[in-house]
Amino acid sequence: MAEPKTKYDRQLRIWGEQGQTALEKSSICLLNCGPTGSETLKNLVLGGVGSITVVDGSKVEIGDLGNNYFVDESSVGESKAKTVCAFLQELNDAVKAKFIEEYPEALIDSNPSFFSQFTLVVATQLVEDSMVKLDRICRDANVMLIFARSYGLTGFVRISVKEHAVIESKPDHFLDDLRLNDPWPELKSFAETYDLDTPDPVVHKHTPYVIILIKIAEEWAKNHNGNLPSTREEKREFKDLLKSKMIASDEDNYKEAIEASFKLFAPRGISPSIQQIINDNCAEVNSNSTDFWVLVAALKEFIANEGGGEAPLEGSIPDMTSSTELYVNLQKIYQAKAEADFLVMEQRVKKLLKKIGRDPDSISKATIKSFCKNARKVKICRYRLIEDEYNTPVQLELQKYLTDEDYSIAVGFYILLRAVDRFAANYNSFPGQLEGEMDEEISRLKTTAVTLLGDLGCNGSTLTEDLINEMCRYGGAELLAVASFIGGIASQEVIKLITRQFVPMCGTFIFNGIDHKSQLLLL
Amino acid sequence: MSFEFQDVGKPKAEVAARRVMERVSGVDITPHFCRIEDKPLDFYSDFSIIVLGLDSIEARSYINAVACGFLEYDSDDNPREETVKPMVDGGTEGFKGHARIIVPGTTPCFECTIWLFPPQVKFPLCTLAETPRNAAHCIEYAHLIKWDEVHGKKSFDPDNPEDMQWVYSEAVKRAELFGIQGVTYSLTQGVVKNIIPAIASTNAIISAACALETLKIVSGCSKTLSNYLTYNGVEGLHTKVTEFVRDKDCLVCGPGVLIELEKSVTLKKFIDQLEDHPRLLLTKVSVTHRGNNLYMRAPPVLEEMTRSNLELPLFDLMGGIPKDIINVNGMAGKGDGKQSCLRKLRVVFKGVDGISDIDMAGGA
Repeated sequence: MAEPKTKYDRQLRIWGEQGQTALEKSSICLLNCGPTGSETLKNLVLGGVGSITVVDGSKVEIGDLGNNYFVDESSVGESKAKTVCAFLQELNDAVKAKFIEEYPEALIDSNPSFFSQFTLVVATQLVEDSMVKLDRICRDANVMLIFARSYGLTGFVRISVKEHAVIESKPDHFLDDLRLNDPWPELKSFAETYDLDTPDPVVHKHTPYVIILIKIAEEWAKNHNGNLPSTREEKREFKDLLKSKMIASDEDNYKEAIEASFKLFAPRGISPSIQQIINDNCAEVNSNSTDFWVLVAALKEFIANEGGGEAPLEGSIPDMTSSTELYVNLQKIYQAKAEADFLVMEQRVKKLLKKIGRDPDSISKATIKSFCKNARKVKICRYRLIEDEYNTPVQLELQKYLTDEDYSIAVGFYILLRAVDRFAANYNSFPGQLEGEMDEEISRLKTTAVTLLGDLGCNGSTLTEDLINEMCRYGGAELLAVASFIGGIASQEVIKLITRQFVPMCGTFIFNGIDHKSQLLLL
Repeated sequence: MSFEFQDVGKPKAEVAARRVMERVSGVDITPHFCRIEDKPLDFYSDFSIIVLGLDSIEARSYINAVACGFLEYDSDDNPREETVKPMVDGGTEGFKGHARIIVPGTTPCFECTIWLFPPQVKFPLCTLAETPRNAAHCIEYAHLIKWDEVHGKKSFDPDNPEDMQWVYSEAVKRAELFGIQGVTYSLTQGVVKNIIPAIASTNAIISAACALETLKIVSGCSKTLSNYLTYNGVEGLHTKVTEFVRDKDCLVCGPGVLIELEKSVTLKKFIDQLEDHPRLLLTKVSVTHRGNNLYMRAPPVLEEMTRSNLELPLFDLMGGIPKDIINVNGMAGKGDGKQSCLRKLRVVFKGVDGISDIDMAGGA
């Protein structure tokens, strides 16, 4: 067996050992192991999830050989769940692979408590009726659920979780937490010990831009009634002022200061998205609150008190031109402030826990520390029940999509993907599956889609003939390349949900395999 | 996903080909375990489409130039359909990726939009030597400066664990000296080998998009991506299609740089001209015309065989025709930025078959 650290090196660089541990502890259930299901699971098995359970009642048929990489000729007639499970196991011997030869629809009806043993259920190729039932079961059992479906050149992925909180959202681009426009006393006095007008050119070109900006901002504020630059004109003047302080043209630190001056101009205080989170009803904690909301409640108190409107300091600084000594000292100033903020937060968390009748030490130091470091970046994702979305979609959004050219194909597919299930319920096959009845099926699908639109409160909206014809052309086919794309997206979202890192998608992802203009629909 | 632990060390191409053939009957896959540059050009001309699973800008540039090299234009400067060799390209990094279709002469080629791939940022040597500030600076100091100081001519081998261990321990020493934290063995590998983090799911998404586009191009079953798809799954899920436009003056996929010559110009003089040509700046040039090697700088056997051509007029070497396409291979750029490249040139001889200086002035 390969050393896990080496085997998973490439992915450990993304989600770290904590993320890997979360994956290794997880147990995943797959419903239906056609191409969409097995391609989803493939990525999770390679990623090293703890266990997989494949549920499928069908046998491998000749037709499966053409679109499923996890069956072969010798397995024709065998249980599909067993076959796929065995091939998936070959990819990673560290994963516990099990299978259950049963139809998911039957299991949903006969044994709803079956699903409560899993961390997450991946439900593929289910029709609407079964999706709605399973959604309720998983929501009640607090099991994460993700739906994935491939259909011709379209398909969808939809997460269903009551609430998913992310501390480590790891955004690509985020404003450094430097507090240049609001330096705390220690940072201020540290900056004061340096003289920008030093005659030594080596020292002058090795003063980090953080110090330059803090000092020049102070100088500016003195001459501007204590205000920082706010208008475009003032910002330009400020940059000119920075430029005028250069004593040689090769001073990278001053060039960096000019480039980074937007960090000084940024507004003080917390972002609207954090404001929204601390204003959430859940931030009023009680004994049923999750750890995350206890941390948010502590954050809210911190911002209102010690933070003076700011969240705990992140504590790290980006690389910048500087002498080593100055840079390391500056780093220590930021780290010390972050540590002090953490200690305050820790006390507040303990107090809150005590107040709601929980053990004051029940949230670990490491968790509180990570929360403090990421306090400006935490995210909450909530998902409606499928049933609610299907019965009462958000009208405003739906109308927007139906009239917006960028969304017309995606929303058309959304409606048609639902219409084909109604079609199948009435005619026992998907439109276009039967040979020689294409014209009739097209008009039937059109009628079904129009009725559905009416049920959704969109009387008068129509779908293009082209799109309806296209949907009938698919005949319910599950293409491997489409399944692999949909499965890839589904597995990506599973990884985000399980590792609790990065931000999962909101709404329903509608795949457009014609020109790849896929969309997320927030209904 | 075609690889298992017992496969470690075996050629990827061979293992993957065997695995897929075992699983899917009726499919014929020929593995080639070699560098892409090792194949003769006509190897690539045999395929109707080229799908790229490459991991570097250089490799993409190379194959792009090969595929675009097959492209011929008609007298109206429209691409001749039978010479168009489409490419499907994809790449990933972490939760992000892209897939694109390149139809030489119609969509932008890799070179038209090379700016999409910004050059890798390197640390200034003076930072490494004098003012290191973070762990990566200490690692690069050990890797780029200290290694040469201590080992002299012996070059560093990133695949040798002992060499890596040496760099790691030197980086640790330097970090301690400067009070810098964060040097780990894993980071050392990451910095030195420039490891791009990769995960199965993003690779699956991008390779599925590439496979789907390839199938659509080959079967004509649906319209295709036009022409560049980006995927970003870091915060939510974002996919975007951008229709980039061709650079009409592209040196690689355009009709070729026009070069006007006197009939008497020798091959050697022609090669010298390319070095000074402001749009080409080509050195170490090899020249082929319609598959014939006029001058090859390497290997030595070919160099010797073609050397005598250098003193002959290019006009005669090209069979006495008034104008034609010439393919040259050489190093482009200046100083440290030099890289190997293929260029297509339109050579026109003055005063042949009615082509006069006046015509040229209008046509150029």
